[in-house]
Amino acid sequence: MKNENGLKYFSLSVIWIWLIIFALLPFLLVSIVSFLSHDENHLIRLPFTLAHYIDLNNAIYLKIFEKSFYLAGLCTIICLILGYPFAYAIARMENHFKSLFILLIIIPFWTSSLIRTYSMITILKPKGIINSVLLWLGIIDKPLALLYSDIAVVIGLIYNLLPFMVLPLLTNIERLDNRLLDAARDLGANRFTTFRKITLPLTMPGIISGSILVFLPAMTIFYIPDLLGGSKSILLGNLIQNQFLVTQNWPLGSAISIVFTLLLGFLLFIYWRTMRGKEHGNLI
Amino acid sequence: MKSKIMQYLPASLYLTLIYLFFYIPIIILIIYSFNKAQYSLLWHGFSLRWYEELFADTDLWIAVWHSLVLGFFAATAAMCIGSLAAVSLYRYAFKGRQLLYGMVFILILTPDIVMGISLLILFSFVKISLGFWSLLLAHITFCIPFVVVTVYSRMASFDEYIFEAAKDLGANDVLIFRRIIIPLLWPAMLAGWLLSFTLSVDDVIISYFVTGPGFEILPLKIYSMVRLGVKPEINALCSVTFVLTLLLVIISQVALRKKP
Repeated sequence: MKNENGLKYFSLSVIWIWLIIFALLPFLLVSIVSFLSHDENHLIRLPFTLAHYIDLNNAIYLKIFEKSFYLAGLCTIICLILGYPFAYAIARMENHFKSLFILLIIIPFWTSSLIRTYSMITILKPKGIINSVLLWLGIIDKPLALLYSDIAVVIGLIYNLLPFMVLPLLTNIERLDNRLLDAARDLGANRFTTFRKITLPLTMPGIISGSILVFLPAMTIFYIPDLLGGSKSILLGNLIQNQFLVTQNWPLGSAISIVFTLLLGFLLFIYWRTMRGKEHGNLI
Repeated sequence: MKSKIMQYLPASLYLTLIYLFFYIPIIILIIYSFNKAQYSLLWHGFSLRWYEELFADTDLWIAVWHSLVLGFFAATAAMCIGSLAAVSLYRYAFKGRQLLYGMVFILILTPDIVMGISLLILFSFVKISLGFWSLLLAHITFCIPFVVVTVYSRMASFDEYIFEAAKDLGANDVLIFRRIIIPLLWPAMLAGWLLSFTLSVDDVIISYFVTGPGFEILPLKIYSMVRLGVKPEINALCSVTFVLTLLLVIISQVALRKKP
């Protein structure tokens, strides 16, 4: 009987120890560091202080928080508007085509996301594709300053994150019961009513999962604003990265991360509360 | 017939537009990787110059090798730990099961940057020097939850009676694991390994914080190259990786189709 429990205790202790050392402990350390004082020479030192949290109440930081939430939200909404009809069209295909088209979404994402972001530079440049086409069509008479602006950042984010919206939506729409749509139509609902009353509520889990998977990374992929944005396009990710690797203010960086994590936790909590009782799971 | 075309036209137009959005940047990079000029976007003639420079760049190939080694070990370790965790989560009732499950999900949702800085702080507290080991530990950590989720969802599709039948016939846990779980689970474990490998090879954000001067990996090498400005060598690198992934996909599709 010794073998019986051996495997169970072995696997459980391995995963618990790993998670405690490399997930829980580091997060506790971040929380502790965020209350320590900043020191030029030793990165951190005692005494404990709330100074960094109070510093965060500064207009500059608040502005970055606000802007990050705004741009990430904008990116999420555009991804949803672009992604929903796209996912819907693919989900309604015959199985044979469907897997091919899904594969076609995934293939570009196996090449480095950095390189794909870099390729956006060639497209958004003053002499790049978008400007050339618009000039040729006569829509504009001089190149638009797309690159190194917030617009470029949002386009870059959408390009990188759209599949994370499409894939959860796709699995959700695939499972939609066609009989419900037929029934609604038989009972005299027009297309819009059917969509609003049946399709939309039933695909809400997909919409929410997709939005979470787009919204969370959008605020923290620091290399996209770094490559495509101007000097003013600093998002939370860049701010945290700066505190750790440039100005070496670890306590302030930690405090920003903690506030950010708490805000995200709050959003996820709301999600969990609204989803409870409904069909749950399939977050990933 | 005409009405059918009209019915499908808007949808196919829309699909084409989105796919163009996905592929145009890559196609442009591939075209410009053959361009003679360095700075201009105008076509200056066909040249393989950037490919020659790419293959002569030893630093880059060292970084590629480092990334592959790191990805291999990280994916293998994550596969072992993650699969064991998924099997125990599924099969056993124990205290803290919900908590463990919750932690795995939280780990997936944790923003990369928060994981990056917290591991950086951990490594500097316990004085692990930044380099191969710090990268490996970090990569294993962010890969584990993806393996757990992949393997767990596969287990959920098993027939539970298999385990009871095995137990009735006198098999202990280790035997069940070896003779039933592993043979049934290996496709999911392999999928978890592949997912981990791709995540590891492509990760920028977490690696950025826990990397050290002695062990440069490909994504960070590319990042430093890209930040320095337009380099046609990168276009060539992109084309090579894109063609390689395309080949891999085609091979795997053909291989999968041959099997019944």
